[in-house]
Amino acid sequence: MNKSNMRALTVIISMLFFVFQAYAVEQTPAKGEAFPNITLPFPEKADEKEYLGLTGKGSFKIPQIKAELIILEIFSMYCPYCQKEAPNLNELYQIINKREDLKNKIRIIGVGAGNNPFEVDVFRNQYNIQFPLFSDESYSVHKSVGEVRTPYFFVIKNTMDKKNTLIYSKVGSIQDPKQFLDKILEESGMK
Amino acid sequence: MFSKKHFYFYILAGILVLLYSSTIAYGASEQFKGKIYNTGMLKPVDSKTKLKPGMKAPDFSLPSVSGEKVSLSKFLGKKNVVISFVPAAWTPVCSDQWPGYNIAKSLFEKNAAVLIGITVDNIPTLFAWTKEMGELWFPVLSDFYPHGSVAKKYGVLRSSGTTERALFVIDKKGIIRYIDVHDINKRPGLETLMKELEKLEK
Repeated sequence: MNKSNMRALTVIISMLFFVFQAYAVEQTPAKGEAFPNITLPFPEKADEKEYLGLTGKGSFKIPQIKAELIILEIFSMYCPYCQKEAPNLNELYQIINKREDLKNKIRIIGVGAGNNPFEVDVFRNQYNIQFPLFSDESYSVHKSVGEVRTPYFFVIKNTMDKKNTLIYSKVGSIQDPKQFLDKILEESGMK
Repeated sequence: MFSKKHFYFYILAGILVLLYSSTIAYGASEQFKGKIYNTGMLKPVDSKTKLKPGMKAPDFSLPSVSGEKVSLSKFLGKKNVVISFVPAAWTPVCSDQWPGYNIAKSLFEKNAAVLIGITVDNIPTLFAWTKEMGELWFPVLSDFYPHGSVAKKYGVLRSSGTTERALFVIDKKGIIRYIDVHDINKRPGLETLMKELEKLEK
């Protein structure tokens, strides 16, 4: 191969590199690591905004949520395991709400991988879900957390310096909501 | 010999293939972990149906997983019908499509519609597969023998013997009102289907 060919090849390879960066699927974050800086749209419903302690419009990031711990579920309306898990998560939400010492410290949110707002609504209505659910139609959140299987739970600790650390994660059912809560309180040092 | 031109062509083709495959992410359910056969990317559509909206839907009668035979004509004058052909049990996209429909029962009912699922798999396979999805509210029919005969009537039998991922909406009069022979690698959106159902007489 002569010199000009080599140069052309170098150009192609570097173009390839940039293209791949744009499409890159990130690694699934591990315990103790910073949680990816994902962006979510503001919830439309006023009570959901209030639940998350958000003011303003547009989009927000996890550290803006006014809570010490955030339980983030990656789900899909089409996933039977997520469907089975829905009542279990509703129970977790109720347990937290009834605990005076925790109800202002922990927030639950769900992100529907590949689901458009219509599909997220179907899921919300079917299971009467009270906590905010977000559409991730383009899979952008799903990609930034390493295309995890669903349901997948991330428990993120918000610290004062606006960093968020993953303290616990789990694929599949949370099993017993009370035990799950105990576990994450222990991991977070809130217990 | 392998010319320079060819060399660049292959590199570019390689880039395009990789790019395309990297965009087909879907949220795989933990439920089916280790049980799903990876088909890889398939030819999006591999048949050509002669049916068109406005035509009469061909009648059929097929055995269902629950044991009874289901025929299209039994809904005539009573219900709108959605027929969902999916390619095969235990494959990636199909294993997510029906569970979604399964929690949308009220949306079908609102439009006086019933849903019928059809694949070319045999009953025992369909039994095991649908069990994994939980209780399904709609009948799942087996077009196993004579192989794919209903799929053939509807023009959605692929050369491999599986079917297309196809939706047919049929009104109470038995007339086809909507056909979506979808890219087999992708899940058709529920919203589009519901919009089509809303156009029908309730």
